[in-house]
Amino acid sequence: MAPLDNAAPSRRGLMKGAAAGAVLLGFHLPSKGALGQAAPAGQVPEVNAWVVIHPDDRVVLRMARSEMGQGTRTGLAQMIAEELHCDWSKVTTEYVTPGQSLARNRAWGAFLTAGSQGIRQSQDYVRRGGAAARIMLVQAAANRWGVPAEQCSARDSVVTHTPTGRTLRYGEVAAEAARLTPPAEVPLKAPGAWTVIGQSKPRLDTAEKTTGRLVYGADLKMPGMLVAVPRRSPVFGGRVRSFDAAAVRGRPGVRHVLQVGDSAVAVVADTFWQAKTALDALPVEWDSGENARVQQATIDAMLTEGLDAAEAFVGNQQGDARAAIAGAARRIEAVYSYPFQNHAPMEPMNATVVWTPTRCDVWCPTQNGEAALAAAAQAAGLPQTAVDVHRMDLGGGFGRRTTHDWLIDAVLIAKQVPGVPIKTMWTREEDMVQGRYHPVTKCKLTAGLDANGEITGLHMRISGQSILSFVFPTALQNGRDPVQFQGLNPGGTEGAIGYTFPNLLIDHAMRNTHVPPHFWRGVNHNQNAIYLECFLDEIAHATNQDPLALRRKLMANHPKHLGVLNAVAERIGWGTPPPAGIHRGIAQQMGFGSYVAAAAEVSVSNSGELKIHRIVAATDCGVAVNPRQIEMQVEGSFVYGLSALLYGECTVKDGAIEQTNFDTYNVLRLAEMPKVETIVMPSGGFWGGVGEPTIMVAAPAVLNAIFAATGKRIRSVPLKNEDLRRA
Amino acid sequence: MARLNVNGTVVEVNASPDTPLLWALRDHVGLTGTKYGCGVAQCGACTVHIDGQVMRSCTLPISEVTETQKIVTIEGLSPDGSHPVQVAWRALDVPQCGFCQSGMIMAAAALLAEKPRPTDEDIDAAMTNICRCGTYNRVRAGIHQAARGGITG
Repeated sequence: MAPLDNAAPSRRGLMKGAAAGAVLLGFHLPSKGALGQAAPAGQVPEVNAWVVIHPDDRVVLRMARSEMGQGTRTGLAQMIAEELHCDWSKVTTEYVTPGQSLARNRAWGAFLTAGSQGIRQSQDYVRRGGAAARIMLVQAAANRWGVPAEQCSARDSVVTHTPTGRTLRYGEVAAEAARLTPPAEVPLKAPGAWTVIGQSKPRLDTAEKTTGRLVYGADLKMPGMLVAVPRRSPVFGGRVRSFDAAAVRGRPGVRHVLQVGDSAVAVVADTFWQAKTALDALPVEWDSGENARVQQATIDAMLTEGLDAAEAFVGNQQGDARAAIAGAARRIEAVYSYPFQNHAPMEPMNATVVWTPTRCDVWCPTQNGEAALAAAAQAAGLPQTAVDVHRMDLGGGFGRRTTHDWLIDAVLIAKQVPGVPIKTMWTREEDMVQGRYHPVTKCKLTAGLDANGEITGLHMRISGQSILSFVFPTALQNGRDPVQFQGLNPGGTEGAIGYTFPNLLIDHAMRNTHVPPHFWRGVNHNQNAIYLECFLDEIAHATNQDPLALRRKLMANHPKHLGVLNAVAERIGWGTPPPAGIHRGIAQQMGFGSYVAAAAEVSVSNSGELKIHRIVAATDCGVAVNPRQIEMQVEGSFVYGLSALLYGECTVKDGAIEQTNFDTYNVLRLAEMPKVETIVMPSGGFWGGVGEPTIMVAAPAVLNAIFAATGKRIRSVPLKNEDLRRA
Repeated sequence: MARLNVNGTVVEVNASPDTPLLWALRDHVGLTGTKYGCGVAQCGACTVHIDGQVMRSCTLPISEVTETQKIVTIEGLSPDGSHPVQVAWRALDVPQCGFCQSGMIMAAAALLAEKPRPTDEDIDAAMTNICRCGTYNRVRAGIHQAARGGITG
């Protein structure tokens, strides 16, 4: 084979310095830049756990949270750099491993990158890490000069002795700083003094994403590596009855045909295509069990039954809603539903594993390095100290990569081929039918109105699947899943309702299915916001009130919710006539620590074709670390949320998911993407997330606009199943 | 043994004739910038140029590619990331997770080669690649910016 320019990134040994017993491997990593793993211990002494400064002044900031496109790497680096007073142009980052964390008493805190918490949950300790390192660097320079540290200051990676004007670069004193005792007191700057936080710094990782050089988990190469392609029982809970390995063993490149646990098979071959085509040809008999009798209609009927069930877990109760509704002059009732959704990140699940009887190393994209380590160790049959997880940047996560079913199978495969690097790669089809799905729910909303059309009581009965009961059953509260009520809670930082009703009851009849549910970008906010925001719109129209005016009446005690709602109303021109043929809808919600609202402008043609022209979105996330990144997250949230609204639906037939690829699970494309105007309006004093919140108002704002356009109230998504022609 | 002209160099690929070009590039030639996203020509993560035309490489068997056809991958679009699309992408911070962006950039580059000043409608028609992070509006802006930067095809 002729050599090719740019054929592959340069190779460097990465495992040097890893724990004793590690397999020494060379493998492909970016030739340079921000994206490496932690440097071998002892090469350049760290100033502290967060900060390494090389003699040439290069600043390496360490990351525990994962980068999956949401910009956390850059935001966290900005927060460390703010206090470090370093030269931003010299900043790079590296991932720490959960094994390093284990050995150092979780020096970097949590690894979990979900719930829009990468920035907000680590902001305090990463800033203190940067500040402590600066104090030590300044002290080291002061020691060199024999002057008090109070006479010195630091800026752009240079320490200056103010009285004499002498300077030392960080790179010159970093080794000495590393030997100092960390300061006991680490004060932080007041927000008004920030010069890096709040700036729209370009992302640190963009360049390698424009040249194909960024190495994702799916791109890993190691000497002697084989590729495994697995297939699990298409029916959740099914098992392998038998498979005919001999039928494919002789195919080109095929090395192993394996059973994986009780429920999967895999073909291991030299290349992906060899493994995939052999797997397609492999005769497998499944024992699908009772779940094979489950149909979508079975699930729908179970959810419908829950809408009127006597027993339900209470999420929010004020006064006596049932009595108020029973005694109301008028009642309004509606039933909504929300389907299963697949995360469908662009990079299908994958993990590369080297297993030996004494050591297991994993390279994979994960949203939670620590959970990946625990899962890998258990599957490997080894203590966590004999395992490590080397994180790769994620080709999308959206919650799917917070759970590690795919990693466990990858370890179980590698365990059967000891000492050989095995890259386990899912096909898109496997990714679609072996997902961890957005939970399916229905909701019956009943409002009681007095003679003037004012709401006297509201009952929201949610019926459906609980994520926690599947994922963390120990986190249930006497059987109740608190996550079910996101956006509907009486208070708290994670999703407080933005309205005050005279009487309110929000309860949940838990109806779990055999389809495994999981956290999916926006989680239960997605349907809860549709249910409440569209039903309020129904009440407004039924009582001849303006939807915004009705909301404002209910929001007097919720100024931050109201703030973002007013902002989008003003920007979209609510109350002024829209352009001809254009209709508007509005929605707000609070979640993941942030307040968000959206206003949408849509048109619906005579033949029922929807066009979303314009979205105005407002976010109050308290502190805005990088406004441009927030804008990107808001725009992206609409793509994700509108994909779900327009197309997203997984259905069950004979116990298995019917949708197997993007041809049957379509998503929003560029031509359908509306213009998005983002209003970032941080009010200060709190730290809210930005990766998810806006998604929750995408669907209800558009659905309310569709009603304005057509007079049709859509209560079931996705819209691909609905006729949008005017009523 | 297939012979493929990849980024200006002829390479020999010892793979079965039904092997899609995508997997020949990734697993045999060692160019992993071109991504697998769906395998059914839906998502466009595998987009390359063949004789200047956009091609989804995941469903194109290498038996249907001849040595005279010039294949260009993201690695060969420019030697140093200096193609106007790449420059515009960096200026606007277009990528999020980045996994679809090789395909997006290749599709955008082919569009601009054909239509140096594309309209929004041209972009709508040409850019059918899937991005789950939601970079579409920045992709559109990036194409317009690259066009203003003067691609003459």
